[in-house]
Amino acid sequence: MEERAPNPVIKPPTESKGILRWLKENLFNTWYNALFTLLAIVFLYVAFKGILTWAFTEANWGVIPANLQIFLVGAYPREEIWRVWIVIYTLGLLLGLSSGIWGGLALRLALVIGAVGGGVGIILAFFPTAFFNRFGLLGGVALLAVSLFLGRGRQRLRPWVLGGWLLSFPWTMIWLHGFAGLPTVLTSNWGGLLLTLILAAVGIVVSFPLGVLLALGRRSNLPAIKWVSTAYIETVRGVPLVTILFMAQIMVPIFLPDFRIDKILRAMLGITLFSAAYMAENVRGGLQAIPKGQHEAAHALGLNYPLTMLLIILPQALRSVIPAIVGQFISLFKDTSLVTVIGLLDLLGIAKTVIANPDWLGLQAEVYLFAAVIYFVFSYFMSYISQKIEDALGVG
Amino acid sequence: MRRFWFSTLVFMLAVSLVVPPLVNGQESVLDKIKKRGRLVCGVYGGLPGFSFLSQDGTWSGFDVDYCRAVAAAVLGDPDKVEFVPLKTPERFPALQTGEIDVLIRNTTWTLTRDTQVGADFAPPTFYDGQGFMVHKKHGIIALEELAGASICVTAGSTTELNLADTMRALGVDFKPVVFEEIDTLYNSYEQERCDVVTSDKSQLAARRNVLKNPEDHVILDVTISKEPLGPVTIHGDNKWNDVVSWVVYATFFAEEHGITQSNVGTYKSKNPEIGRFLGETGDMGGKLGLSEDWARQVIAAVGHYGEIFDRNLTPIGLPRGVNKPWTQGGLLYAMPFR
Repeated sequence: MEERAPNPVIKPPTESKGILRWLKENLFNTWYNALFTLLAIVFLYVAFKGILTWAFTEANWGVIPANLQIFLVGAYPREEIWRVWIVIYTLGLLLGLSSGIWGGLALRLALVIGAVGGGVGIILAFFPTAFFNRFGLLGGVALLAVSLFLGRGRQRLRPWVLGGWLLSFPWTMIWLHGFAGLPTVLTSNWGGLLLTLILAAVGIVVSFPLGVLLALGRRSNLPAIKWVSTAYIETVRGVPLVTILFMAQIMVPIFLPDFRIDKILRAMLGITLFSAAYMAENVRGGLQAIPKGQHEAAHALGLNYPLTMLLIILPQALRSVIPAIVGQFISLFKDTSLVTVIGLLDLLGIAKTVIANPDWLGLQAEVYLFAAVIYFVFSYFMSYISQKIEDALGVG
Repeated sequence: MRRFWFSTLVFMLAVSLVVPPLVNGQESVLDKIKKRGRLVCGVYGGLPGFSFLSQDGTWSGFDVDYCRAVAAAVLGDPDKVEFVPLKTPERFPALQTGEIDVLIRNTTWTLTRDTQVGADFAPPTFYDGQGFMVHKKHGIIALEELAGASICVTAGSTTELNLADTMRALGVDFKPVVFEEIDTLYNSYEQERCDVVTSDKSQLAARRNVLKNPEDHVILDVTISKEPLGPVTIHGDNKWNDVVSWVVYATFFAEEHGITQSNVGTYKSKNPEIGRFLGETGDMGGKLGLSEDWARQVIAAVGHYGEIFDRNLTPIGLPRGVNKPWTQGGLLYAMPFR
């Protein structure tokens, strides 16, 4: 009998390939792909050469650090800015504790925010400005880390932290506005990124439950509720946001001459009510995807309407429309820039007033690009978080 | 049912159209400001030289200084002002509804506005007018030489209409190049897509300053429209309009007599009118419903007209032009303090 040679041992395929190998396999594997790659390189070169030359040689980036304060907080008085820091620290503390207690998604959120905040903080630390501007952000990241470790395993803190989140918003508003001994900072002085974030946060946090209620209302069996919800949704969706903001700004004071509502509050109302209508339709899409059997099963278990909705229907419905809802949040965040047309100085409004400063006339490209980058960072952050939520819920 | 909703809608629309300008017969804005302890001043919020947010988060500019001057006269403190940036469509409603006490936002005084939108004007603080800027190398000095020239102008503005009217009257043919955005307008002019650019002279001067080589561009002497810009108060509140008007006159008067921010505290004169101006005699403040030293407060806060101009408009390259005291051949003329 012939002795058979033992099977040669086959090496497992290597996971990591060299860069050259990767290039060859992905970009130059056939002659036409190679051609496309070269064409793409030429195209990128032509497209970006001008931008890069401009960014590194012609652009005057001095306008950004010089106006950083008003980009961030608008006309908020310099001697009161510490109050904004307190707000950031409070939120950092809450986020740190939550991520320590719950882990999972909150932890990921905290890590991303910590990493980005730390990165920006390190850059800021090199700027020769006031002590707090340089090291304030790093301090916040440190606080986040400390509270994260403090929160680990302390399950009994849960109700306190939840309560903290609930109270954080009204507290932030009152704290920034001033009460008792604190000097009042009128909302007309709130501006920049601070105002953009406040408008977006209010819009997102309030329009979501409102949207869910409207969606449920539209599917209700009670005609009155059904028709009111439908009428509301259709009316608001039929009107551009700019129109609603103008209405809130110009018509409301004419109809209510003796009753002054704060200008920012009116903008918040406009944005929230507008967004709620769209949110309702997103949620309704999810509700329609739930098979009837789920309702019937809940009935069979003896659950009443609220419990059916809360425990059976909504968790499934919302899960399936996360991308649509987050898309709505992102567009709401960017839509807050429309408040410039009613004279509020949000991030975009500040950009416009900065280029009217005689010291920085004619620098619109730099200023608008900076604003665009900030909008992008926040929008991408929201998108990233939504992906993680989907992963965590196993939808992705 | 449908009919009912429809008629409700029509009714609401009708109401919104006929809501009259709200005249506060009972209480003057002046008293409201004193009670509130703060002046609410409507500004543009992003106009070079006139109003913008400076780097430290405080407002500055020519219009802003007039807001501060009014606050100094009424409340004795130029910092007791709340600035409300307003866009063009909301400025008059904001005034009518009492959202703001006074509008100081490059608003041109016209007959229609004076009578139809519930506004009363105080004396103009800045006389603007439409002008032309050309590339210096063309050697143009008069509009008649512009035959066949291409002229950059913003779309749908009175600027565009004024241009067409003037050129037709002169019988000069030209090629309009129309833009929506101010920034693109001046970029195109700089890249020589047109020979001439036309706009308000204040804007031309400010923009000329930030072109790559300002010396290569000339603003022609000719002015083809009148744009008197000044503070506006709600129609029918004469007491309040008087106060704003006389604050403006005070800045004119101080320049006529050389009373400046630095010397107002120690200014001495035998001229009885200056004595009345400074509140030494005559109870001028009382007649306006202000304190005796109101004019002193105004000048101490912002200086006389020339100082306000030099601080805000000279840096952006605006010449004084007709915005000089009448004694120097300008249009600024303070009514007698008597």
